[in-house]
Amino acid sequence: MSRLEKQRNILDYTLSSLLRRKGKNAALTLVFTLVVFMVASAVLFAQAVRREASLVLKDTPEIIVQRTVAGRQGLVPEAYVERIAAIRGVSAVRGRLWGYYFDDAFGGANYTLMVPDAFPYEPGTIVVGGEVARNSRTRVDNLLPFKAHDGTVRGYRIGEILPTESALVSADLILMTEPDFRSLFGIPAAEVTDIVLSVRNPQEIATIAHKIAALLPDTRPIVRDEILRTYDAVFAWRAGLLLAILAGSVAAFIIFAWDRATGLSAEERREIGILKAVGWETGDVLTMKFWEGAVVSLSSFLAGIALAYAHVFFASATLFEPVIKGWSVLYPDFRLTPSVNAPEMAALFFITVVPYTVATIVPSWRAATIDPDAVMRF
Amino acid sequence: MRKSTLFLSYIALMTALASASLLHARARGRSDLPRLQRNADLVRRLELTDLCLFTEAQYTRHPAVTVLHTPFQDHPLSFEHFPSGSLSGPPPRRASHE
Repeated sequence: MSRLEKQRNILDYTLSSLLRRKGKNAALTLVFTLVVFMVASAVLFAQAVRREASLVLKDTPEIIVQRTVAGRQGLVPEAYVERIAAIRGVSAVRGRLWGYYFDDAFGGANYTLMVPDAFPYEPGTIVVGGEVARNSRTRVDNLLPFKAHDGTVRGYRIGEILPTESALVSADLILMTEPDFRSLFGIPAAEVTDIVLSVRNPQEIATIAHKIAALLPDTRPIVRDEILRTYDAVFAWRAGLLLAILAGSVAAFIIFAWDRATGLSAEERREIGILKAVGWETGDVLTMKFWEGAVVSLSSFLAGIALAYAHVFFASATLFEPVIKGWSVLYPDFRLTPSVNAPEMAALFFITVVPYTVATIVPSWRAATIDPDAVMRF
Repeated sequence: MRKSTLFLSYIALMTALASASLLHARARGRSDLPRLQRNADLVRRLELTDLCLFTEAQYTRHPAVTVLHTPFQDHPLSFEHFPSGSLSGPPPRRASHE
């Protein structure tokens, strides 16, 4: 009998043995699949968000300068723009106007209001993100009401709705002219929210940031690299969303391993005893147990990975939506570009399939090396 | 049919699916490039800094430029109370120029 045929015979026997306890093994496979599915979904989702952030935010402002007043972020005097522009190496400086608007008229949504550098519409007209239009049930040419700083209600005509494909960066945006923004929030003419600037030589970004901090001690410069690293930190392996999901999964695996490592059931011991009594060698028993672990863990792993991929990239990570949405009223309807990181998948394989298979073999080795008669009597 | 044949067929099918997902990811990566580029253009044009993922609170909407201690400024001993504030890790340590 060839070695391959022998392995297939042992596999046949293992599958029959598993089917004899189909209730227990089906439950085990289902839980294992769910654990792999959850972890793989989180890993794939985080990987895709990190990649999307790195590609989409690569042209974010090189340096943003905020001002801190009494420990809180304050408006920046426009005079700071000229002082920063005078620093050697700074190529373009602009004061930005932006802020938030809590809209209790439409379910308590938080909007981000901005004044773009170039805005093609007249005062009184705004451009809104797709989720703003959906939440307020408005269309182009409708009026969207805002409660101004002085208590008056002002209506702005919607001139354009930003495309749905940009929802991941623009879902809650409202763009307006500078006069509209200043009159809505009562911001004086000589102040801006923060300052953005570009630098001639990208190697000098950190140096320029240091110079700004020294020149204007009440400011806080934020450089592009920090912005890009934010999403690596927010969706990192060891933090936040992933940690929450991984903690549950690790606990589940400890229970699995504990169940296996603390010994075999009486029925399993008897089975090993009978196999040894009818002539199976210790090596054959261990091979059978290896296949038993491999059948459960490998089928669960592959099914979990496939389901996770479908969940994240075909169903837009629907199960994570309540987690990420939290108390948000606006949630972008976005489609992530698939990104599969082979080392992360390999790591997942080694922390799921390998420990489970090993944990299946170890107690069997103990039972398979003692006398069959003693095992059956035990 | 032998049970091992069924099992090995299942493993082969799932492995093929996994390989197909890699090919799908690569193909979508290519076909999505124009969309990603348009979004990157929008980010450059509007000088955006963050993804619109957590809109529930001001400090979670723009984690890259938010004031780090904002959630704890409401009152002494206040806890983080927005779900996404608890889920997202802290931004990287600011460079020494701060």
